[in-house]
Amino acid sequence: MQDLPDQLANGLALGALYGLIAIGYTMVYGIVQLINFAHGEIFMIGGFGALTAYLWLPDGTGLAVALPLMILLAVVCAVLVAIGAERFAYRPLRGGPRLSPLITAIGLSLALQQAVWAFYPDAKKARPFPQLGGSDFDLGFVTLSREDLFIFVSAPVCMLALGLFVAKTRTGRAMQATSQDPDTAKLMGVNTDRIIVMAFAIGAAFAAVAAIAQGFKTGEVNFRMGFIAGLKAFTAAVLGGIGNIYGAMVGGLVLGVAEALATAYIGDIPGLEQFGGGSWKDVWAFILLILVLLVRPQGILGERLADRA
Amino acid sequence: MALLEVEDLRVAYGKIEAVKGISFTVDAGEVVTLIGTNGAGKTTTLRTLSGLLKPVTGKITFGGEVLNGVGAHKIVSMGLAHSPEGRRIFPRLSIEENLQLGAFLRKDADAVAKDIDNAYERFPILGERRRQAAGTLSGGEQQMLAMARALMSRPKLLMLDEPSMGLSPIMMQKIMSTISELKEQGTTILLVEQNAQAALSLADHGHVMETGNITLSGTGEELMHDESVRKAYLGED
Repeated sequence: MQDLPDQLANGLALGALYGLIAIGYTMVYGIVQLINFAHGEIFMIGGFGALTAYLWLPDGTGLAVALPLMILLAVVCAVLVAIGAERFAYRPLRGGPRLSPLITAIGLSLALQQAVWAFYPDAKKARPFPQLGGSDFDLGFVTLSREDLFIFVSAPVCMLALGLFVAKTRTGRAMQATSQDPDTAKLMGVNTDRIIVMAFAIGAAFAAVAAIAQGFKTGEVNFRMGFIAGLKAFTAAVLGGIGNIYGAMVGGLVLGVAEALATAYIGDIPGLEQFGGGSWKDVWAFILLILVLLVRPQGILGERLADRA
Repeated sequence: MALLEVEDLRVAYGKIEAVKGISFTVDAGEVVTLIGTNGAGKTTTLRTLSGLLKPVTGKITFGGEVLNGVGAHKIVSMGLAHSPEGRRIFPRLSIEENLQLGAFLRKDADAVAKDIDNAYERFPILGERRRQAAGTLSGGEQQMLAMARALMSRPKLLMLDEPSMGLSPIMMQKIMSTISELKEQGTTILLVEQNAQAALSLADHGHVMETGNITLSGTGEELMHDESVRKAYLGED
């Protein structure tokens, strides 16, 4: 267990990545009670947006120049697709049966995957993603890779900005009001359609940043990368208490750490050798989800359901 | 010309007609009440006036402008505030944040701050608990907050839906005396109440609603002495 600090860092980096994606699920759910199953594909499109920006730049462009442009194009692509999905797929179904937007979300998820598969050059197989390179940072007790550092900087920056926005600004207050009682928010003069679009857009932007982090980590992007990442992030959102933005990040971190530690150490337990290693890591994540749903169905930071009435 | 004119308003939920062609007016400075039993269509009427529901037919004119087709979030900026049934305060926001949301569309920050102080003066308990989550207030305190919040938009017409619902007699009296204070200060009010006695004693005009229709109209005084009203709503034989 002497590599425990490294495993923890690894888990926290993974968890912050899940948490960033989970924000999108939780914000949209908090406001329109929709599980946007196409959110994983929004994440994937962010990844391809970043790759596109990188490929447009002349060879040999330094990452200091490339990275901001990659983030920018990733965010723009993801936000545009999310806003389009809200406007043309979900909004016409608002006020109808709850099942219709859910089925639409699943359909949209497949449609977006197939669109990238069919139309993005060479996307039928994984496309290599640029690497940060450079050496790791040895802090003595723990070694951090540059990929880890990217997520350790971007996730807190995103969370802090979102927290301040929601708590301190007039629009953020309108967003909270809309999530607590949309009809009454309208009576206050809040344009709730605009607030819903913003929730989709913020979630998409965070997912795009997470996609770059995943691209750095795995060295590739592919049209299916949104499926498992989306499922994990959805798990994180439920784990933390769906509807709660801090819960999403906490759920992500718990999930990431649990996954990293289980992958690293379960194989060391006598009798459980065959469960060690990376091929079981998704199993641990979903077992954790089932346990939390059994013991604390509202999630770690979830409100009691009665508060929503 | 009346401040609010409602002409032949019909509202339906799917195929079920909840309001079946009602007409009434509210003049500036007066208190008008709609009384009637549960399911008579009073709340539906208010929700349609504030734009949350779309009428099937009928015309709503407010301050000379037609409200049909105008979104709920724009109607409040025209001067029509609605304190909804069940109070509907934002439970996880603080009292002060609830009041600030009441002034969401106002740009005059200084005057808003002053109006919040006035609200605390009117309802001292709200001032004492300004940083507390609104969901922790008692029913009567939540009603005060809902009314104070509706007033924050400086409305030309204040619509109150069942402000006395579920309150203790003492609290009910307090809310009713607040409404009569507002009336004395010249606020125009459209009041929906099941407590007919209290509503009629405050109102300049009243309308009795039954299953989606207005069946009887008159001054508050007239209705209070009307035999059928006394039997049906004031609990007398």
